[in-house]
Amino acid sequence: MFDLTGKCALVTGASGGIGSEIARVLHEAGAVVALSGTRLEPLQALAAELGDRVHVLPCDLSDAVAVEALPKAAIAAMGSIDILVNNAGITRDGLMMRMSDADWASVIEVNLTSTFRLMRAVLRGMMKARWGRIINITSVVAQAGNPGQANYAAAKAGVAGMSRSLAQEVASRGITVNCVAPGLVETPMTEKLNDEQRKSILDDVPTGRMGMPREVAAAVLYLASLEAAYVTGATLDVNGGGDML
Amino acid sequence: MSDIAVRVKKIVVEHLGVEEDKVTETASFIDDLGADSLDTVELVMAFEEEFGIEIPDDAAETIQTFGDAVKFITSAA
Repeated sequence: MFDLTGKCALVTGASGGIGSEIARVLHEAGAVVALSGTRLEPLQALAAELGDRVHVLPCDLSDAVAVEALPKAAIAAMGSIDILVNNAGITRDGLMMRMSDADWASVIEVNLTSTFRLMRAVLRGMMKARWGRIINITSVVAQAGNPGQANYAAAKAGVAGMSRSLAQEVASRGITVNCVAPGLVETPMTEKLNDEQRKSILDDVPTGRMGMPREVAAAVLYLASLEAAYVTGATLDVNGGGDML
Repeated sequence: MSDIAVRVKKIVVEHLGVEEDKVTETASFIDDLGADSLDTVELVMAFEEEFGIEIPDDAAETIQTFGDAVKFITSAA
């Protein structure tokens, strides 16, 4: 099951903990993968690990010109983009009373606007092919909110609403648009948390542990698969039961 | 029929799956040929590709019928 042989996938944020695992899993399933991210070194290391069927395409998603160039570069490298995984994201945490316009704007730009631009850019090819998979990585905070993350939660909730709208626009063309909403996952980003912070977070997670990047990647693989053709406009929660609504 | 009209008709017939004789000068893509809003976007994209032209959004909105399309492309190509 879940054979992606012949499919070409663009993964943003592929240098990060979750993004690199998504790239690995799609590659294992047979896809050609284009790895995008801001840091060249980890992208090249991952490309070396994966071997063939892999392309490295560095991109700073806060740069609109670079965002426009990325899908073109991916199509030039792979021939098409059949699967788009918008995984890249940044945080600029702070209580709203003290949040600057710059911290608000940069999180919206990278997490929401670049997702819009990349989705818009891949639609033409997917519509022609009558097949496409767009998977946006959101977050448990899109639903639950989180103090100190008003900008991040707004961007992620924005991505969720945008995804459901696009899902309805293009469903008749064999294109699905879905979200995966991770809870707390073991990555370099969450390693910075101290024991007390971890405990307070995990107290609210019935599973009693943090998630693994591979558990998020598996959800992405499912939504990218041919078998998930009837799933669109959905958000798949991967949060250990931490936010059941 | 001009060469452009022949090529436009071919695209319309293929894309919308309609009979060739239904694609008349005044045939509306949406009202007469069963296109939805996404079809019209796809038709414009197909015209752009076939004729190597750019059709801006405000111009695309004025292309409602087969005749409109031929007229616009003839003046733009």
